[in-house]
Amino acid sequence: MSLDNAGIDQIKSGALSAIRQAQSLDELREVRIAHVGDRSPIARANQGLAEVEIDNRAAMGKLIGTARADINQAFDDKEKELTALRDSKALSQERVDVTLASNRNPRGALHPLTLLTNEISDLFIGMGYTVQEGPELESSWLNFDALNIPEDHPARTMQDTFFIEPLSSGLVMRTHTSPVQVRTMLENEPPIYVICPGRTYRADELDATHTPVFNQVEGLVVDKGITMAHLKGTLDHFATKIFGSGVKTRIRPSFFPFTEPSAEVDFFYNGCWVEWGGCGMVNRKVLQAAGIDTDIYTGFAFGMGLERTLMVKYGITDMHDIVEGDVRFSRQFGSGGR
Amino acid sequence: MKLPLSWLAEFVELPKSISISDIATGFTKVGFEIESIFNPADRIKGPLVVGKVLSIEELGGHKKPIRHVGLDCAENRTRYVICGATNFVEGDLVVVALPGAVLAGNFAISARETYGKTSNGMICSSKELGLGDDHSGIIVLDSHAKIGGSALKALGADDPVLDIVVNPDRGYAMSVRGAARELAVAIGLKFKDVSSSSLISSLDKKKKRGKITPVLISDKTGADQIYLRSLSNVDPFRPTPPWMARRLSQAGMRPISIVVDITNYVMLELGQPLHAFDSAKISGTLKVARAGKFTELVTLDKVKRKLAKDNLLIVDDKKVLALAGTMGGLDSEVSEFTVGITLEAAHFEPVSVARNSRCHNLSSEASRRFERGVDPALAEVASARAALLLIEYAGAIYNGASFKTSAIKRRSITIAASDISTLIGTTYRDKEIERSLKAIGAGMRKRGKKWIVTPPSWRPDLNDLPDLAEEVARFFGYDRIPSQLPSVKLASTGITGLTALQKRRRAMTLKLANRGLVEVHNYPFVSQSQMELFGFAGDRAKTFKIANPMSDEYPFLRTHLTPGLIATAARNLARGEKSVALFESGSIFRDVEKLNSPGEISVKKRPTAAQIEQIYQSVPKQPLHIAGVIAGEITNSGWWGKGRSVEWSDAVDLVRELIEESGNNYSIEAVDLAPWHPGRCAEFRVEGKAVAHAGQIHPRITSALSLPEATAAFAVIVDGLSYPDGFKARPISSMPAAIQDISLFVDQKVPAEGVQAALAEGAGELLESIQLFDRYQKEGESQVSLAFSLVFRAPDRTLTAEEVSELRLKAGALAGRKFGAQIRA
Repeated sequence: MSLDNAGIDQIKSGALSAIRQAQSLDELREVRIAHVGDRSPIARANQGLAEVEIDNRAAMGKLIGTARADINQAFDDKEKELTALRDSKALSQERVDVTLASNRNPRGALHPLTLLTNEISDLFIGMGYTVQEGPELESSWLNFDALNIPEDHPARTMQDTFFIEPLSSGLVMRTHTSPVQVRTMLENEPPIYVICPGRTYRADELDATHTPVFNQVEGLVVDKGITMAHLKGTLDHFATKIFGSGVKTRIRPSFFPFTEPSAEVDFFYNGCWVEWGGCGMVNRKVLQAAGIDTDIYTGFAFGMGLERTLMVKYGITDMHDIVEGDVRFSRQFGSGGR
Repeated sequence: MKLPLSWLAEFVELPKSISISDIATGFTKVGFEIESIFNPADRIKGPLVVGKVLSIEELGGHKKPIRHVGLDCAENRTRYVICGATNFVEGDLVVVALPGAVLAGNFAISARETYGKTSNGMICSSKELGLGDDHSGIIVLDSHAKIGGSALKALGADDPVLDIVVNPDRGYAMSVRGAARELAVAIGLKFKDVSSSSLISSLDKKKKRGKITPVLISDKTGADQIYLRSLSNVDPFRPTPPWMARRLSQAGMRPISIVVDITNYVMLELGQPLHAFDSAKISGTLKVARAGKFTELVTLDKVKRKLAKDNLLIVDDKKVLALAGTMGGLDSEVSEFTVGITLEAAHFEPVSVARNSRCHNLSSEASRRFERGVDPALAEVASARAALLLIEYAGAIYNGASFKTSAIKRRSITIAASDISTLIGTTYRDKEIERSLKAIGAGMRKRGKKWIVTPPSWRPDLNDLPDLAEEVARFFGYDRIPSQLPSVKLASTGITGLTALQKRRRAMTLKLANRGLVEVHNYPFVSQSQMELFGFAGDRAKTFKIANPMSDEYPFLRTHLTPGLIATAARNLARGEKSVALFESGSIFRDVEKLNSPGEISVKKRPTAAQIEQIYQSVPKQPLHIAGVIAGEITNSGWWGKGRSVEWSDAVDLVRELIEESGNNYSIEAVDLAPWHPGRCAEFRVEGKAVAHAGQIHPRITSALSLPEATAAFAVIVDGLSYPDGFKARPISSMPAAIQDISLFVDQKVPAEGVQAALAEGAGELLESIQLFDRYQKEGESQVSLAFSLVFRAPDRTLTAEEVSELRLKAGALAGRKFGAQIRA
């Protein structure tokens, strides 16, 4: 082959065409040996430079150099292209069915009553309250007497109390979380802003809407200048946060020995009024029994059942679901709540 | 309290336009929940008229008697119907349902062909009208009914009945009169009270001198008013007038006899319980007294009752006549031989009656009223009303009264309008205060800017400013009160947010849920057989017993969370779960402290510090436990292969994680403790104190309850953990780690925990972590091989091979000194 311009062009186009046609990395390796390697036409052309006339040598050398660079570039590009192609083929063969069930780990959950208690606690903590708790097996003085429910008051029979043997022990399963309110007042000076969630007991048979062991959350505020309007505002806020901003509440007169005036709080849900809990201004006798000066302080208190709240909020129709501990029930709620 | 509308209407002017739901709303507004509304109009619709039987044609040839009856229903021609009943004759007035009527149970009446005749309606029985169960024959009306008029009206069955819930502070509303007063206040209607003076004077006019039973209040603490009215010539066989019997039935009381019915009627109407004694059975003076020497009484319900010394009684010179305010005695009851009646109306002290009732577990219409407070001014009036009714309907002659009364104490409460406005949080004007309190019957006098309020005699519950504030607020409606959030001040304790315990409980429960356990809330009641099966002993078996449990089988309080958890696990497995992992956070109860009841402590003022201590000390500590049970597979089986089965160490690992995160340093010992397998229970100790147990449940329990044998459980005594503070984070070194493995032979009795701790101690501060990666024991050999991986790292340099191999030997040497461990070559 003569070493002239046309000859170099021919070598170059032959090499580029071979590179272009390579289908795989293996073929490309062959192409490399034939068109890029030491014994390739372009390498040989370079070696033949020495025989070129001195005047032409530099120009010819440049020509060969450029052609060689173009060939190397085309080779590198092709090699990248074929490598990428090979890799993507390999990955596509590693494809799996990602929809296969993968439930290796059993799903855990908090009980929805715990989730609701946490939600309510956080709501009130956000307002500056603290969360107070107390014993479930309680002194009847704290459960009844201090709350203006004397021994022979008919209100004492309103609540079907579980008594502990012997009756002289003065111990009962608390019928509400109100003894925690009393403990709070005995242990702290006003201002008092607390909620008291917890388990409570009344001798009701378990059925679709009752359970002898249930949960309550009560609130107690004792401060200067506390009014029934503050009670209403707090209940409205509470209801809105739990049931959504569209909820409507009302309070209507009622009776509890530990509050005066007393009220029931209802909320409007699914076209009817649902009884939510009891509330009122803390009875002066209750404040006095805890040594709080009723000339300076007033207070309000409220209490509602958490099961009832849960049932309405999530459309639960049977109390058995809440108390039986069937994992299928709690798993619906997960560990963060719904 | 069941209130027939027609009866209410005698005491309150009800406008024609008012609906039953308006009335219900009114009661709710002033604090009476509606238990139910019974409205006959909701059950029976369409034409139901009074018809007169004109002709009866017996249609023979059928299995039962069938009549073709001609009726006059005030129409222009005779109406014929077919009827299967035979308890009527020509001329009787009957109830006829015309075609188009719909009877109880959605039974539609239409004209139809039957027995070869056209039946244009139906003659009705009580049952068909939903008025009773009597289906033995049709209703025959009394002859005064208007032919063609409304049959329901003729039956008096068109009267709706409202059942309201009366709270304990409103005893006076346990009467038609009291409820009517509340209704009048609620809707702003006119209240029509009985005229006490005219009742009393019209009775006095009828007085004919005769024998009068004398009366005495021997125990002044038991009663302050008693009225006896003596009547003679009573005819106990007179029928109770139908209107009275009907109202008693509507109010839920069974008509019994004219005398008893009248006392009940007056009680329902006015709220005063009354008792009629047979005068012939009273020896000497009727007295209010405590039981004292009397020990026994057979009450009207034929129960022989053993009397307590402080029972409040009605007695005569010789014997007990009645349990005062609660129930009469059988012997002095009015009978068919009664001629003379002593009518007793008293005001008994509420607590005494409550005690009577509680002592004998006997709650009566009378006791429920006395407990809640009866108007002390009512005895004279109510007894006069009853005496008048006895004269009118039982042919009685009034002989006169004997009584013991004392002046009724009237309290007065001084208030300013602003006091009420301040408590409620909205402004009530002076005029409004006056109007609302007068409406409930209070006396109002103005002195300067203040009101002197005298509550009515029937409101013993009004004693204080807040009591009056409630009256004012409910008069104007609670919906007038604005909604306002208080500006919360920091608690005097300075504590904000959750307490340390509350945070820890949340962290632990969330951790367990995220580890795949499901939280449950079990009832804390256990049975004797559960306690025995679980094998609790010593302090862990000492519990409290509920005197009145829901179930006699489960009277005890739990001393541990595992019985409830395992029962719930078994229930889940029985319902088809293949594996189950549960946990519970809750209190346990152990009767291990010396507890003393604090005795009587006044509630008039704050108890002394010593008394508060006494109260607190009377309540047992109820430690918070968090416990769990895991059974079956800890990871699920699936297409990826078989899941891993639960074993004892899964429970131990969960506890390790919980306690490590609490920041407490612990050690582990093997213990033999119920309800765990005697050789597979780890006790976690913090500062020498047991704070948790974990391991495999005793096979006795798993086999008894059909649980997988390898079921594991744990229980953490959350209260036993402390809250270490001053925690500092360790800096993280980016220098390379040097890993050294070490295998040791130790006796099988040596706890691995101890060996690991000795290695860690011996390895020194450059040890970053240690992990037991193999445990091997040749069968029949007493030595075990433990292989640990030690990771060393320095904060500031690369450790040399010589350095770490020296540390490895030091670690092994300490394990050797402490536990006789030998490094395997």
